[in-house]
Amino acid sequence: MTRKQKRLTMIGAIGAVLMAAVLLIMFALRDEIVFFYSPTDILTESKARPGERFRLGGLVKEGSIEKSGETVRFVITDTEHEMPVTYVGILPDLFREGQGVIAEGSLSDAVFSADTVLAKHDENYMPKEVADTLKEKGVWQGEEAVQ
Amino acid sequence: MINELGHFALVLAFALSLVQSVVPLAGARLGNQKLMAVGSSVSTGMFVFTLLAFASLTSAYVTSDFSLENVWANSHSAKPMLYKVTGVWGNHEGSMLLWVLILAFFGALVAWFGSNIPAQLKANVLAVQGWIAAAFFLFILLTSNPFARLSPAPFEGNDLNPVLQDIGLAIHPPMLYLGYVGFSVTFSFAVAAMISGRIDAAWARWVRPWALTAWLFLTAGIAMGSYWAYYELGWGGWWFWDPVENASFIPWLVGTALLHSALVMEKREALKIWTILLAIITFSMSLLGTFLVRSGVLTSVHAFANDPERGVFILMILMLFIGGSLTLFAVRAPLLKAGGLFQPISREGALVFNNVFLTTAAATVLVGTLYPLVVEALSGAKISVGAPFFNITFGPLMIPLLMLVPIGPLLSWKRADLYPALQRLFWVAGLALLAVIVTLALTSGEPVLASLGIGLAVWVMIGSLAEIWTRAGIGKASAASTFSRLTGLPRSMWGTALGHFGLGVILLGVVTVSVFEQESVAEVAPGETIGIAGYEIAFQGMTPVTGPNYTETVANLSVTNPSGGVFALKPAKRVYQARGMPTTEAAIRTIGFSQLYISLGDVSADGKLVIRAWWKPLVTLIWIGAIFMVAGGMISLTDRRLRVGIARRARRTVAGKQADALS
Repeated sequence: MTRKQKRLTMIGAIGAVLMAAVLLIMFALRDEIVFFYSPTDILTESKARPGERFRLGGLVKEGSIEKSGETVRFVITDTEHEMPVTYVGILPDLFREGQGVIAEGSLSDAVFSADTVLAKHDENYMPKEVADTLKEKGVWQGEEAVQ
Repeated sequence: MINELGHFALVLAFALSLVQSVVPLAGARLGNQKLMAVGSSVSTGMFVFTLLAFASLTSAYVTSDFSLENVWANSHSAKPMLYKVTGVWGNHEGSMLLWVLILAFFGALVAWFGSNIPAQLKANVLAVQGWIAAAFFLFILLTSNPFARLSPAPFEGNDLNPVLQDIGLAIHPPMLYLGYVGFSVTFSFAVAAMISGRIDAAWARWVRPWALTAWLFLTAGIAMGSYWAYYELGWGGWWFWDPVENASFIPWLVGTALLHSALVMEKREALKIWTILLAIITFSMSLLGTFLVRSGVLTSVHAFANDPERGVFILMILMLFIGGSLTLFAVRAPLLKAGGLFQPISREGALVFNNVFLTTAAATVLVGTLYPLVVEALSGAKISVGAPFFNITFGPLMIPLLMLVPIGPLLSWKRADLYPALQRLFWVAGLALLAVIVTLALTSGEPVLASLGIGLAVWVMIGSLAEIWTRAGIGKASAASTFSRLTGLPRSMWGTALGHFGLGVILLGVVTVSVFEQESVAEVAPGETIGIAGYEIAFQGMTPVTGPNYTETVANLSVTNPSGGVFALKPAKRVYQARGMPTTEAAIRTIGFSQLYISLGDVSADGKLVIRAWWKPLVTLIWIGAIFMVAGGMISLTDRRLRVGIARRARRTVAGKQADALS
């Protein structure tokens, strides 16, 4: 091979790999990203398509947790609107009433069916998305706790 | 008093870093030996003073001196001694102090062990280390002072986040930082070489041991972090594609590429520009990781309480160093002459292939990690990019790379024939195919991809040993000559084989646990059982236990294995008194390479308990593979060819020719 041919082979091969990576990224970004919504987003603006996976965030409504066996039902509220959630499995240790929570799953018959529930990692810490939502709603109280 | 000394030592270390930033550089410019030599003594001094500051903070933690705000916020007098010590870096300020301590340590190492590096290059390297140190000392002193006082001093502290009260905190952050920060040395070498303008094969030979050292600590740190998250967080996941995990994984991918491209540069003087660029990018990614973790822009387990001021400061450091080094690169790179030529099919070609795939994979992980930030900044929409994205993008890019792993080392430098290499791997391919067929037969109904994955793992594992196998003439030469050939092989060859073997082991673990994992959740009353993978787990009741700074309720589980043997497992729910924070302690039983993993949910009013059990087949291979990789790295590091020195060059070339003649 001449020098030019060698260089072309190299550039062609590298270009092909980069193209493949770009296509994979575009494909994955179209289908595999998960949006974060508050109950208000869903109920008043119906932002989620039916069956779409998304993250629902807000506060666990006081007195809303019901457990029957390994199934848990609770309500996520952003203080304006609220949405019932079902979840099968073990809740995080810091899942509590009145605390911030993020649930991931999809909507079926006006009930959010979650397969993952994330709570905070320690008592100073609120998931950032939830904190932002609560600030928008003007009910944020955690400033001093976050330092 | 000790605290003030610590603070003062930190200020002195900052002052010394300023001296180190300027004096050796001026010496190198003017050709003044004395000024250049200042770099070595100053970097030793800087390390000593940083160590002093770190020791002061540690002593405040050990004696529970709550007059320090940092100790008050993160420690407790009843905390076990191990966690008092490790708690030093279990918070933002302390972990930044550990970061600069390790930075100063690496600077001192260059000063101590760099006697064979040309004085001018060494002076420049130390000066660049000085710039990085100065920036981070300033960051600590201005925004994250660990020695800030409280008056009056509280009687009791707030305790350390219980999730961090674990032996993992003693190992994971120091290892990870040794890796992250270790790449500062290769960065400094790259910048120093561009300043002095001398970039050749010798440069790669000096840099490789540092890159290898940083790489093996980073590998160990990531693996340790993965196992820690696996057993501590109680979800049984070993990798979450969490932004902060990615922040350490991106430098690892680029650093691995750097290790391979520096090899080409050392042996053939090719890929010079690319290797320099990789050295810059690797440390830039480490800095980016530090920024992502320490600024709190991302939601993560690693985000301690943060304020935006710090984020902006680190962002400025980040832009200064990445921007500065890339500008220098843009000016200098066109002046470099292209080195050795090679055909696309050759050892060099294979290593280029490796680099293309590793850096592209690193770029996809970077895109996935930063995409939510970009989207939120542009449109305000909040999104998360999780495991599915990375599985789709990262996975396919790894497959061709893994397929090439056994072939690359069998190709000769400069120009190679693919066919003889493939011929030697013929029987390995046979074994891999056999593995595919056996898996298919044993697991009817499971996805075909799983058995292909296992076949690929077998191909990588056994194929990695093929080079050693053929070089030693196993099966062809007599036993005695085989043995003498085996012991005569360069250690770096053993290192390569072990490292690649470890990669195959990891793949085997990942594929098996991802596809064949079983999970079972049930609510049980005392006396009831749940079954998983042939194991019967009987719940026998709860026992309250009091620990040093927590109380826990332990679930007594009696597990019957498929052959009738019985063992006890005791997962627990803990409440740490100081923060009133509950945690779950999972119980894990290792059976062969597999694990039975049991986590607890809540106890209901009528005494029923939710148990979540996983059967994780071959899961430990993920970390055992990482141990193989680290071992491979360590063996390579002891190779005499990596022990820097031009004097050994002649001998090396002869040995190299002999090795080539053998193949």
